[in-house]
Amino acid sequence: MEKFTRVTGIAAPLMKANIDTDVIIPAKRLVGHQRGELGAFAFEAYRYRPDRTDNPDFVLNLARYRGAKILITGEHFGCGSSRESAVWALAGFGFRCVIAPSFGDIFTNNAFQNGMLLIRLPKEQVDRLAAEIESGSTPAMTVDLQSRTVTAPSGAETPFEIDAERRQALLEGRDEIGMTLARDADILAFQERDRAARPWIYQTGQTQVS
Amino acid sequence: MVLQERSLTLFDKVWSSHVVTGLAGGVSLLAIDRHLLHDLEGGASLRRIAERGLKVHNPELTFGVPDHAVATAPDRRADSTPNSSRLLRELKEGSEASEITYFDLGTEGQGIVHVIGPELGLSQPGMTIVCGDSHACTHGGLGALSFGIGATEIMHVLATQTLRQTKPKTMRIALEGKLAPGVAAKDVILATIGRIGTDAGNGHAVEFAGTTIRAMSVDQRLTVCNLSIELGAKIGMIAPDDTAFSYLAGRAYAPKGEMFDRACAHWRTLPSDDDARFDVEHTIDAATIAPQITWGTSPQDVIAVDQRIPDPTRETDPQRRQAMEAALAYMGLTPGEAIEGTPVDWVFVGSCTNGRLSDIREAARVVAGRKVAPNVRAWVVPGSESTQRAAEREGLDKIFLSAGFEWRKAGCSMCAGINGDTVAPGQRSVSTTNRNFVGRQGPNARTHLASPAMAAAAAIAGRIADARKLG
Repeated sequence: MEKFTRVTGIAAPLMKANIDTDVIIPAKRLVGHQRGELGAFAFEAYRYRPDRTDNPDFVLNLARYRGAKILITGEHFGCGSSRESAVWALAGFGFRCVIAPSFGDIFTNNAFQNGMLLIRLPKEQVDRLAAEIESGSTPAMTVDLQSRTVTAPSGAETPFEIDAERRQALLEGRDEIGMTLARDADILAFQERDRAARPWIYQTGQTQVS
Repeated sequence: MVLQERSLTLFDKVWSSHVVTGLAGGVSLLAIDRHLLHDLEGGASLRRIAERGLKVHNPELTFGVPDHAVATAPDRRADSTPNSSRLLRELKEGSEASEITYFDLGTEGQGIVHVIGPELGLSQPGMTIVCGDSHACTHGGLGALSFGIGATEIMHVLATQTLRQTKPKTMRIALEGKLAPGVAAKDVILATIGRIGTDAGNGHAVEFAGTTIRAMSVDQRLTVCNLSIELGAKIGMIAPDDTAFSYLAGRAYAPKGEMFDRACAHWRTLPSDDDARFDVEHTIDAATIAPQITWGTSPQDVIAVDQRIPDPTRETDPQRRQAMEAALAYMGLTPGEAIEGTPVDWVFVGSCTNGRLSDIREAARVVAGRKVAPNVRAWVVPGSESTQRAAEREGLDKIFLSAGFEWRKAGCSMCAGINGDTVAPGQRSVSTTNRNFVGRQGPNARTHLASPAMAAAAAIAGRIADARKLG
């Protein structure tokens, strides 16, 4: 997994609640494309006009937000489908970090598996950051995971909270499968105890369905 | 100790009995009892772990089934669409190579993963179940702790039969009262989402409780739990009881004989203790709920069928007002007008929400002896091969076919948007699915979520209609 320590770049405000993963990447793009190709289809329904030219009304198409690395958005971002391709599409678009009042539960896990930092801040603070980005001359910000701060264009710092384990995993770019496999003795011991307590869970081999 | 044991929730009991070990930062390594693979991610995930030189940790706890990409035409085959051809082959071959049970097309096990799990008795109370699909919350209707996961977590489960998870908070939603005639489980959960919001359950494991839930069949409970994720909660659960135990008895993968009794004794210990505490509690009077229909592009955009389309100018929050205006523009609806009578082009009965035998019966009752309106194309897609065969034994296929519906083969169909079954741009559908998101049923498709009876009524009337008035 790609490490995350500190990112400085353009921040773009997409101030709408409940942006779902179907909007982030439509289902029809989930097959026939490699992970790295999905950025072209991020927010497809809003981003393009029917003739596939850029929709000038969509905020992420504005010249000042081109090349954005940080997305500022509304409550419950990434709700809906479990598709991890939503994270791959956002990453392909260029985002490394999303700031919102809340995130979809499954999307949250998927983002942290891919080195994408999600920052949860109270709605007033998110709205204030968005307002500053919209009005400032350069919409650039810095997100520092080491110091757990967001630095707005004005230089004002906003601290954020993050689960200690998730922070460490991002800083190190951890491979969790490898780490869990190192605990396989614990898993096998659990299964042995459980097999005695709940044998029916494991007795699946005899059944045939025609 | 005794006090502590008496004050646990259903969720707490299932969670804590699956913790292999606690990790740093409040993360638990959670043992997984059932891992359900479908065609969209399953084959690729098996290939990715093989490429890393890893094996499937517990193939006997892993099951594969094609549903998302399969065609649903009556003469469909594995290679009916370019997507399904490759994805089905990859899942089938990957399953065989790893000695995972694969439910192939044309067998009783094939169907939508969240329909076949309960139907085959694979999903049981007190289990941890995961699937690379957010509607895995459905299995909570039997008292399982079940949730959707992404591609990387799928690989983690395949390789380790565990997941690293942070424990969510708990929420209890008590649904109280006897449902009015003509009101379905779908109406209950849609009304609940409309009442408390599509992000209300965010970060929580929800337990649905109360007299309304206790009186529901397992099929109805599965419908309620299916929409937990539309309430923002990746986990929704209902305490298992005799209704659940009777449902499971005799199913293919349910324990048999003495082992069933032993499992049952364990299942009886699972319901939340009387004095268990939840982080958040809601109580909803279900007796006053009327048939529901969505008007916007979020499941929370829902009203009773006899209500008027809401007016954004009355909304004081500017972000919310903008969202309403955008939703109404997308849906092509006028604020203040009655939603009843809005002409429709498509009707879809099916999906992991409402593709079970009881749902098909509910739609058939409305359709029997009537004809689909000439302006409507109407489909029934049974949730599984087994459901389809059972419905055909009852002659339900004939009712739909003679009314002008298409009677198709099991799969996700018009809910997944990747198998060729889509609604054309600008067309309006009344659908028994779970998501009315922008583009969900196809680019610029306009989706109204409703119960099977309401969808059937729309097919007959040719417009959004109150199923109760059709009798």
